[in-house]
Amino acid sequence: MYDGGKIIVGLIIGIGLLLSPFFYNAGKALKPPEPELTPKAKEAKVCVASKEYMTNNHMHLLDEWRQTVVRNAERYYESADGKVYYKSLQVTCLDCHSNKTKFCDQCHNYIGMDPYCWDCHLEPKENK
Amino acid sequence: MMGISRRGFLKVAGLSALMAALGKSGFELLRPGQVEASIPVTKGKRWAMAIDMRKVTPEIIEECKKSCHHYHNVPEFDNPKVEIKWIWGEEFEHAFPDQQHEYVSDLIKSLEFPLLCNHCSNPPCCRVCPTGATWQREDGIVMMDWHRCIGCRFCMAGCPYGSRSFNWGDPRKAPKELNPGFPTNPEFPTREVGVVEKCTFCNERIAKGQLPVCVEKANEMKKDSFIFGDLADPDSDIRKALRKHYSIRRKTELGTHPNIYYIIA
Repeated sequence: MYDGGKIIVGLIIGIGLLLSPFFYNAGKALKPPEPELTPKAKEAKVCVASKEYMTNNHMHLLDEWRQTVVRNAERYYESADGKVYYKSLQVTCLDCHSNKTKFCDQCHNYIGMDPYCWDCHLEPKENK
Repeated sequence: MMGISRRGFLKVAGLSALMAALGKSGFELLRPGQVEASIPVTKGKRWAMAIDMRKVTPEIIEECKKSCHHYHNVPEFDNPKVEIKWIWGEEFEHAFPDQQHEYVSDLIKSLEFPLLCNHCSNPPCCRVCPTGATWQREDGIVMMDWHRCIGCRFCMAGCPYGSRSFNWGDPRKAPKELNPGFPTNPEFPTREVGVVEKCTFCNERIAKGQLPVCVEKANEMKKDSFIFGDLADPDSDIRKALRKHYSIRRKTELGTHPNIYYIIA
């Protein structure tokens, strides 16, 4: 092999560079962001469903809302505790959770999720 | 002689062809629209609008258009090739081409008619939509699901009234100088590029017991110029108005059964 030493050194440096992000981040896992509540959301204490259900299934609930509102004209939702909500992402959800960047985007960015809700539905005006 | 004779075969074939033609499917094939028209689509409600042309002025139409487009975040482009319109004004000749003639009265000629989606009882747009993104609700409203529209524009080709508009570009990138403060209503979504849109009879307002935006605005300017109501209820204001006055509808010969009535006299 011609120039064997140079090639091996080059390979080691190359592979080292390639793997450097792994060494750099070794041992420290990126913490999942915690959704932040606005004072209004804190004060309300309850969402339309339990916190556990909303964390895991908010996308299913929103999908069901959009189907039933648009296709069946069922515009009101009764929660388990009997409270009635107007089914609307833009009007109801974002009224409490008006901090979209801290409540929605943080987690969506963390998991590389890019929901297309906001192509049409308006984002709340935030004081950043 | 084996099996069936030529004569016998023709008899059976002819008879079955006749049966098929007389059957429901054959009937539907031969006379499209008739079967749908016979299906009861109402459950007590049939939303419709009567527009009193003796009261409507071009100013009223302009204000209706402004407030409707403001409420539904409809952008202005100032270019008829890409314009989006839910309600607009048009002269008699263009609104009622089938009834136009050389000697039509000066009064009729001078009128401007407010045009919008007719919310037809037999809507051709819904027949052609390949995704079910537009359909007729039980209360007669021809509704749209913008989530599901793929922008094929069959409905625009199907609609004989030009009531549907296509988003050739992102509505949020509409010229800023023509659309100050767009999107204008924070409680209503915008649409996105590649989606068809049209008047939805303000179904979200009806659900809350409010009148459509144009009706509210027009009646503010001139009382009872737009009458919105339920055709299924014989005592509704719209039925009373239609009983009392002579009204016309657009392009009725097409069999679409439009639900916007124009009171003439």
